[in-house]
Amino acid sequence: MSAAIHADGASSGVVSGRHLVAGELDVSHGVVLYLEDIAVSFDGFKALNGLSLSIDSGELRCIIGPNGAGKTTLMDVVTGRTRPDAGSCYFGQTIDLMKMSEADIAHAGIGRKFQKPTIFENHTAFENLELALKADKRVRSTLFARLGSAERDRIAQTLERIRLAGQADRQAGLLSHGQKQWLEIGMLLVQEPKLLLLDEPVAGMSDEETERTAELFLGLAGSHSLVVVEHDMAFIESIARKVTVLHEGSVLAEGPLAQVQADPRVIEVYLGR
Amino acid sequence: MRRLLVLLCLLAAGRAWALDPAAVGRLAFGDGDERIAAIGALLASGEPRVTEVLQAFAAGELQTAGERVLIVRGEEGFDAASGQRVAPLPPEREDVVANNRLRSAAQAALASLKLLAPERAARLEAARALSGSVDPATAPLLRKALEVEGDGEIRALLAMAVASLDLASDDRATRLAAIRMLGESSNAAVQPLLAAAVKDPDAEIRSAAKLSLIEVEGRLKWGEILGLLFAGVSLGSILMLAALGLAITYGLMGVINMAHGELIMIGAYTAYVVQNAFRSMGLFEWYLLAAVPASFAVAALVGMLLERSVIRWLYGRPLETLLATWGISLVLIQGVRTLFGAQNVPVENPAWVSGGIAVMSNLTLPWNRIAIIVFAAAVLAAIGLLLARTRLGLFVRGVTQNREMASCVGVPTARVDTLAFGLGAGLAGLAGCALSQIGNVGPDLGQGYIVDSFLVVVFGGVGQLGGTVYAALMLGFANKFLEAWSGAVIAKIVVLVFIVFFIQSRPQGLFALKGRAA
Amino acid sequence: MTRLYGARGWAALGVLAAILFVVFPALSLGVPAGSPFHLSQYWVTLIGKIMCYAVVAIAMDLVWGYSGILSLGHGLFFALGGYALGMYLMRQIGRQGQYQSELPDFMVFLDWKELPWHWWNTDQFWWAALLAVLVPGLLAFAFGYFAFRSRVKGVYFSIITQALTFAAMLLFFRNNTGFGGNNGFTDFKRILGYGITEPETRMALFAATGAVLIGTLLVARWIVTSRFGRVLEAIRDAETRVAFCGYNTLHYKLFVFTLSAVICGIAGALYVPQVGIINPGEMSPANSIEIAIWVAVGGRGTLVGAIAGAGLVNFAKSLFTVWFPEYWLYFLGLLFILVTLFLPRGIVGLARGTRTGAA
Repeated sequence: MSAAIHADGASSGVVSGRHLVAGELDVSHGVVLYLEDIAVSFDGFKALNGLSLSIDSGELRCIIGPNGAGKTTLMDVVTGRTRPDAGSCYFGQTIDLMKMSEADIAHAGIGRKFQKPTIFENHTAFENLELALKADKRVRSTLFARLGSAERDRIAQTLERIRLAGQADRQAGLLSHGQKQWLEIGMLLVQEPKLLLLDEPVAGMSDEETERTAELFLGLAGSHSLVVVEHDMAFIESIARKVTVLHEGSVLAEGPLAQVQADPRVIEVYLGR
Repeated sequence: MRRLLVLLCLLAAGRAWALDPAAVGRLAFGDGDERIAAIGALLASGEPRVTEVLQAFAAGELQTAGERVLIVRGEEGFDAASGQRVAPLPPEREDVVANNRLRSAAQAALASLKLLAPERAARLEAARALSGSVDPATAPLLRKALEVEGDGEIRALLAMAVASLDLASDDRATRLAAIRMLGESSNAAVQPLLAAAVKDPDAEIRSAAKLSLIEVEGRLKWGEILGLLFAGVSLGSILMLAALGLAITYGLMGVINMAHGELIMIGAYTAYVVQNAFRSMGLFEWYLLAAVPASFAVAALVGMLLERSVIRWLYGRPLETLLATWGISLVLIQGVRTLFGAQNVPVENPAWVSGGIAVMSNLTLPWNRIAIIVFAAAVLAAIGLLLARTRLGLFVRGVTQNREMASCVGVPTARVDTLAFGLGAGLAGLAGCALSQIGNVGPDLGQGYIVDSFLVVVFGGVGQLGGTVYAALMLGFANKFLEAWSGAVIAKIVVLVFIVFFIQSRPQGLFALKGRAA
Repeated sequence: MTRLYGARGWAALGVLAAILFVVFPALSLGVPAGSPFHLSQYWVTLIGKIMCYAVVAIAMDLVWGYSGILSLGHGLFFALGGYALGMYLMRQIGRQGQYQSELPDFMVFLDWKELPWHWWNTDQFWWAALLAVLVPGLLAFAFGYFAFRSRVKGVYFSIITQALTFAAMLLFFRNNTGFGGNNGFTDFKRILGYGITEPETRMALFAATGAVLIGTLLVARWIVTSRFGRVLEAIRDAETRVAFCGYNTLHYKLFVFTLSAVICGIAGALYVPQVGIINPGEMSPANSIEIAIWVAVGGRGTLVGAIAGAGLVNFAKSLFTVWFPEYWLYFLGLLFILVTLFLPRGIVGLARGTRTGAA
């Protein structure tokens, strides 16, 4: 599949007009996601305020922060759902995310899981994965698409991995909340993204499910880059290497979990005056 | 007093008290043109009895008996020329038949005779009716009237009329004076007269006519612009009334009520029923006082009934709500047809909202439109206060912003929904009551407003009462100004297409807040 | 082939084709008029008309039932197709009109001396047929592009398509637009040289409509059983997720909306020669909403449902207008209310029971 994507070649200096660049993700400098001075405001309310953040390739980063700190808005900016008022946002060295549509960003290799599990409730679990599967997703191809055996295998493998092998033909809307969360994660996996953005992935999961999710994420880190937003501190402790604390739209603190937890500013934000 | 004296002198100078029997005879026996001429001759005589004869002629009371012309009312007869009583009536009589042309000539003559009436109001009205295009046959009468007229306003009107007659004069100086005189007019009817004079062979007359024409046009332009502004405000206020209820049900509650137009229609029919009831009690003049609250109440009741029975079950499913409420609208339309018939029903204006005030000669503002503008402003103020200051308003705003939270703090959300929907429906009823004063009331009344109302709300920005007001006024102006330029239908199409594309480029409307991931 | 229908499905389709192409023509043309088995012109026209509606219902089901886009502009696309072919039919009248002019009667009446520009080449059948497809298609494409690009969806989309239809109706009501004003086109004489009231011509039109119905059904079936169809349903249920999966939802919605408009145009072009009239009333917002209720009655998101709904509602309509016309609006209105309240999946959904339908 030729993942031709729209991007503005920052290195070539072409700013206006969209042209095709081979969608190769360039992480030669070790950075997979780079945000600088991002500002987003909704009618005067500054959701993001001069936020700068960089995620290394293969890193598993946790983002925490009180409600309204801008965690979801940050994900919206990266996935093209919200256009920032100012700042820049790069995927690897060359791909400027600010100019791309949601679909193009997904194509470039960024997958996102929502806070509330969003799956296709009227399709079966199998079909959910089929639709998410990395493939040519243009109109003409999907009209004539046929599922090859390699693709079937890939879906079956993923179903195993997310422990839904027995539920393949079950309508997704009938799955339990935790299963839906897993199915959404599975949809991300078959998309084969380089960077996964996960918004509260373990909300509503049982302890056992949470534990398995932690294992899964740790297994993905390295070959993938992950950004996890969570409130569940126990879960974060089990996976976190580096943590970023957001507060009022910008980065308050960053570092290993223990260091961040000891930071007096962080304590103040969480506990209040 | 002076007037009367002059009038008496004039009359004394003429032939005594009787009319010219020859002219009366020609009126009764002549052929078409002769009879028209006879009317002119009678008019020119300025005799007071001319009115009586012409009235009798127009009313078909004129009869002939041999050579004599009689006015016959019931069993009584009078000689038309002398006015003397004729008794007994000759047995062999024939009606004097008047065709339409003659009748209208007689009416015109009668109207100009009012110029000599003793009441100022009657004379003013007659003078206004002259409106620039003057029948040469009335010239002598006009001049007489001008001589005796004491009132400044009427004199000015008469002078204009005389001037437009003088335009055809053989005397160059008279014509020049007339042209300058007409230059001071603000009456659209003098435009063609001056325009004709612009083509005059005489250069001086030509340039004078040009100047006068420019002056008149300038004055008329102002009237036109003011008229357009008024029409824009008027249409805007109507659109606003029609859309306000929707701004609540759709804008605040998110309910797509396609039967909104039919609630307007129900309001209009309520006004009709109240009108009939008051008329039968002999209180016709005052029916609007009761029709306004009644329209609100009936439409609100119907609305609440609909909310309880149908709409409540479809909250959160807008497309289904759209279809179900469309179904409701069909049932309501047919229901009204069954009750009141498929024809339009007559709703009349009480005297105090009939007629209008003449601001300029080419600009009359109808009272009913003015009343609707005032009414719309009052309704807007009331609804603004209601939402901002009352407990219900607080609840509505609370429920629309966060239903769960409102419910948690003890707001009876279900009842608030019903009341808010009833409020929106009641506003639609008020709109219907207002519309009944300016247009036809029929079962299809609402269909004409549903598309417009939705566009106003969407254009203004959903959830923004202020946006609805601005949008209504803007669309009102846009429609009327385009209409002056391109005709009504094209104007409407242009406005519709504009909104359709506007919404595509700015789906949140003019004034909506920018929310997260909008 | 097996992907579209199972053996029973194909068999049912075969029976339908046999009825439309063999049984009905035989009963109409082969059986003498006096016989109780004779299929009268009334029925040929009625069934032909309902088949046109069924085609429209399939088109509506594709955008609404499967993709969740409630378009209230489908009446417009239908009417545009009808007007396009109507122009050709008007030209075919030739000098047999009341005024015996080369120009259509209404133009003579308006004192026009020549055909307006948009009537160019409309004496050619192929051109009119092309227009019937292109005009609705291009309009839907342009309109859909702007609407979907700016993410106008849900009720907003319904309202602006309704406004568009309303504007078009006003435009077509004008005499100066050149489409016969409020009288529209009527009094057709011939199509492709054949007398339009001849039973053979009628039957040919009937069979053509039947062929288009079956063709549309197969194309639609092919679309909804493809991965494309699953993407459409996914867009209906969770559009953002589809975008984050890497699908450009604009292209999908635009494709299905345009295709749907084209199908409506074809149905309109078949409708006009059969019913013998087209006027701006076809563009009234009420007509477009009625299409939605056909689909809702039959069952959204099922093609059989769309056809069944169009058939049932319109058959009921023709019964009502004959027997008790004043109750038709009550019936239709209650149908809207009751189906949305109590039968969200339509009669097909009721019959199938299990699988949950469209949200």
